[in-house]
Amino acid sequence: MPVVDLEATSLRSLNQLLHGPEEGTNETYFRIANPRGRHAVAVGLDAPVTVEIDGNVGYYCAGMNAHATVIVNGSAGVGVAENMMSGRVHVKGDAGASAGASGCGGLLVIDGNASGRCFISARGIEIVVKGSVGHMSAFMAQAGTLVVLGDAGEALGDSIYEARLFVRGGVKSLGADCIEKPVSDQHKCGLSKLLKEAGIGGEVDPAEFRRYGSARKLYHFHMDNLEAY
Amino acid sequence: MCGIVGLFLKNKSLEPELGNMMAGMLGTMCERGPDSAGFAIYRGGDAGHVKLTVRANSPKYNFASLAGEVSDAIGTEVGVTHHDTHAVFTVPTAAEAAARERIEAMGDGVKVVSSGSRMEIYKEVGRPDKVAKRFELQTMAGSHGIGHTRMATESAVTTDGAHPFSTGRDQCLVHNGSLSNHNGLRRKLVRKGLKFETENDTEVAAAYLTWRMSEGASLGEALEASLDDLDGFYTFVVGTESGFGVLRDPIACKHAMLAETDDYVAFGTEYRALAGLPGIEKARVWEAEPATVYFWERQ
Repeated sequence: MPVVDLEATSLRSLNQLLHGPEEGTNETYFRIANPRGRHAVAVGLDAPVTVEIDGNVGYYCAGMNAHATVIVNGSAGVGVAENMMSGRVHVKGDAGASAGASGCGGLLVIDGNASGRCFISARGIEIVVKGSVGHMSAFMAQAGTLVVLGDAGEALGDSIYEARLFVRGGVKSLGADCIEKPVSDQHKCGLSKLLKEAGIGGEVDPAEFRRYGSARKLYHFHMDNLEAY
Repeated sequence: MCGIVGLFLKNKSLEPELGNMMAGMLGTMCERGPDSAGFAIYRGGDAGHVKLTVRANSPKYNFASLAGEVSDAIGTEVGVTHHDTHAVFTVPTAAEAAARERIEAMGDGVKVVSSGSRMEIYKEVGRPDKVAKRFELQTMAGSHGIGHTRMATESAVTTDGAHPFSTGRDQCLVHNGSLSNHNGLRRKLVRKGLKFETENDTEVAAAYLTWRMSEGASLGEALEASLDDLDGFYTFVVGTESGFGVLRDPIACKHAMLAETDDYVAFGTEYRALAGLPGIEKARVWEAEPATVYFWERQ
């Protein structure tokens, strides 16, 4: 089990090491010490390995992740798991702005709070935030699911497309073209499955969530909507 | 880009370490602003005197001789401490205007950077870690301070364009971001009698706060008002005689991390700047909310 100390090893060497594993390798678990807020830790992974980071990371941790599992035993800065394709990223602390931005797939679990613009421009990623999310979360989100156990900040889901938003707590305000929608049994079933994947199945009742999504009024330019653009 | 750091000590026994802690924080933010740097430090001070931080174009400038001339002009001995291109002149509060006039009459790049009973401002062009070393920040004790590393976007890389900008006695401002309505606002403020040294957008923000406060607003109220009148992206950190405050614009694109322990409150554009502080592992660390004024003050 390789342990990489970032006080002794350069970030580039670390990422090259993590990019190295080829199919069928036995080396599937890496541990990283002393991240001390460094940026771009464990970025661009493309193999089913597990990387556990002991401490707080800076920007873009686990960005572009595919297949890998990245666990942050601390908090993450801006853009954690941005552009994730598949795999799983678990932040045990809080996440900075733009968590999971533009993600195409995979699951991001944040045990604490996520800051503003969480799930921005999402394209298929699933995010479960056990705390609250900040302002402008799910801005222009196209596909995927955001689940928030706490509250959502201002302008949730502004200009949203077909992504699904489930919030258990309060929503400070909804953004343009985002509305509350009924929760069907099918939605509850999907939500229940996602909560289970996030490791909190059974602890949280899917019936406690409210669903938000697009009113589909801003998809095309219309003179009457000028004020909303 | 640009980087900001701030440190406010709650535990007085850490005061001898303030400069050392700040130097470490500022050094970490070099990459965010490699062209110039500056910092304001709050220390010492008594009610009867004011500290004028004076700067010249060269560290070889004869500040002692200038201090002699100022002493003659105001009829009282002026205290002087030399730090590279800057020097702190300690003058009786009543003689501040006369001392300033004498100093500013020197020309040749000699300027008063700041005045205050406790605040001293140092800023220079160059890599932030080298700037901090030139002024020996690591040896400075104090109660709190703020610092800035600049990546210039709006105006030239000059000492005048470096932050912090003084907004009044014992008050200063550092800024990460860019204002988009600063030219229009500058014209308005000029009509109200404010003077500008640079084309810098942050100087306009500083002047705006100064103007608001001259109209009777508190610093908190002036910051609140700036949410309506300043357009653009910004994270501001302001230093005052007794503490510091933080404000981000409503969109909050410019990063701002805060950390608090029983011993201190620290600000860093990135968590990296805070990572070397004692007890950071157990600190409460959070990102500043948009359009929210934060303030910490000494009791």
